[in-house]
Amino acid sequence: MRLFADAIGLRGPGLEGWEASAPILSGQAPYLPAETTIPPAALLPANERRRAPQMVKLALSVGAEAFASAGLAPASCPTVFASSGGDGETIHEILATLAGPLRELSPTRFHNSVHNVAAGYWSIATGAQTPATSLCAHDGSFAAGLLEAGAQALATGGAVALIAYDLPYPAPLAAVRRIAAPFAVALLLSPAATPRSAARLEIDLCGPGHSACATPALEELRQSIPAARALPLLAALARGENTSVTLDYLEDLALAVQVTSP
Amino acid sequence: MSRAPLFISGLSLVSALGDGLAPSWDALRTNRSALAPCTFEQLPIAAWAGEVQRLETPLSGAFAAFDCRNHRLAERALAADGFEQAVARAVAKYGARRVGLFTGTSTSGIQQSELAYHHRDPQSGALPGGFDYARTHNTYALGRFLRARLGLAGPSFTLSTACAATAKLFAVAARMINAGLCDAAVIGGADSFCATTLFGFQALGVMAQGPCRPFDAARNGISIGEAAGFALLERAPATPAPDALLLLGTGESADAYHMSSPDPQGTGAATAMRQALAQAGLAPGAIDYINMHGTATLVGDAAEDKAVTSLFGPHTPRSSAKGFTGHTLGAAGMVGAAVAALAIQHGFLPGSPHTQKLAPAFAPGHLLTGRAAPVRRVMCNAFGFGGVNCSVILGRAS
Repeated sequence: MRLFADAIGLRGPGLEGWEASAPILSGQAPYLPAETTIPPAALLPANERRRAPQMVKLALSVGAEAFASAGLAPASCPTVFASSGGDGETIHEILATLAGPLRELSPTRFHNSVHNVAAGYWSIATGAQTPATSLCAHDGSFAAGLLEAGAQALATGGAVALIAYDLPYPAPLAAVRRIAAPFAVALLLSPAATPRSAARLEIDLCGPGHSACATPALEELRQSIPAARALPLLAALARGENTSVTLDYLEDLALAVQVTSP
Repeated sequence: MSRAPLFISGLSLVSALGDGLAPSWDALRTNRSALAPCTFEQLPIAAWAGEVQRLETPLSGAFAAFDCRNHRLAERALAADGFEQAVARAVAKYGARRVGLFTGTSTSGIQQSELAYHHRDPQSGALPGGFDYARTHNTYALGRFLRARLGLAGPSFTLSTACAATAKLFAVAARMINAGLCDAAVIGGADSFCATTLFGFQALGVMAQGPCRPFDAARNGISIGEAAGFALLERAPATPAPDALLLLGTGESADAYHMSSPDPQGTGAATAMRQALAQAGLAPGAIDYINMHGTATLVGDAAEDKAVTSLFGPHTPRSSAKGFTGHTLGAAGMVGAAVAALAIQHGFLPGSPHTQKLAPAFAPGHLLTGRAAPVRRVMCNAFGFGGVNCSVILGRAS
């Protein structure tokens, strides 16, 4: 698949927005680990902002960043949301309630438990009536999202936004599913070059493997957060040079991405 | 479609009606509902449900680690309608790497986590040993299980957009094959009973007392059902057999209205239907039957009737399958596809058991009992939480 990367949003530990993070990922600035900050979801109406879980706020923040930097209205574009699971806090609260004597769930918590919770709030926040999908391939969710977003862009002939995100699970689920820190990335992808295009991406399935991050602390993020499996691609985009990266996908499959100037 | 339509070369369904398409056809023909009082969980109201029987036997051998109710149900749908053999033929023809697997579910195997939370360590709160999150509860557990079980090695993910999950997979399969990422695609999925959905819908106040009654004047909510179903899609031969079942078009949209309540105007739903027609290159009059989402909620049924009538007028025959199987959540798209296939194959417009008196505001096209009629093309609707809408058009080759 040939696609063009038109805009990027990024938020993770010590990575606050694409503009601030690109010099870190390209090796020009040092990486300073810090807790991920999650901005309040300014896009959401006040009552929805109260109800939205942190996962939604994180996903919305990178999506908003990518669209703002492209100067595009979010309502114009289909979206693909990729996450290695549903919202952990919400799921834990539901499971704990169901294991207790009074099995009365909160209706809001129930609708926040769906995997497409971020997609739903995104549509409400932006007014986008364009298709919004939500998918999962466990640790390979970013690569899966890239395939689906790419296939959508080719099918529609227009831009598609990929938004991938993960947050740590609370105890006791954290013991069986470790996600190190909140991390989210948004990529606005077009099927043809636009004046905004930063790079051309040739994406193919290939045998298993992965590119690693040059900085050990970033490599640790890559390994311990599914959405951070995007980091080798983001580093290539930050360096702005022609290169190839391999992204983790499934046990026996990976994605080979050739990155060239548009 | 802008490109050649895809051929549906395999189709299976397991629901409360039974294993395979045959018992479903028998139920459609006789307007027989599988709904019964819900005994799966002790709910505070007299809810009815469409429970699949005989799911007690655990998965064993190489797949024991995947054991959960959702995968037992999925396994049953592999055995139904010769589906596993159809996949084996596709693997032999294209190679395992060239067969994609795109699954759909809303709650996956969350029931395993529910059980694990009942057995937490009283001191530490830790979950019991042996609980396998990745192979049961995780949203991708279904894809991981089926990819191993069917020996597939192509691209895969699990799509989870609540009750529109498996319907959207028809669009995914077409895009993936057209993008050259695979030559054939196994799509489908399962949703099975768990406390999360039963108590969740109860908390939302949308669970019916008694069986659900789609589009009835006295409808008062949904009945939950469980189901698994799969379809195998490949490029159609240049001259497909006249009775070959084809995927003609899909349409997707979002309401941008509310997380769990549909837009009462049905605007997003109408957009999805219009796009499916446009992709199929069909006028509304070319659709012989509409398999409605119709879950029997007050607002949802009214919004869908409004959207359908605005596009098709009042007379296109329409009905919901929810009175037969219950609302099978993420699997509803596969129930819709199976009903469409049976309607086309047998020339039959299905009715809606338990719907006694159509709400006077609704269009006269709603069918309460089934009848024979030529059916060439069917539109299936599936809508879900998050305001997700999807419409799929299936039809005979000629």
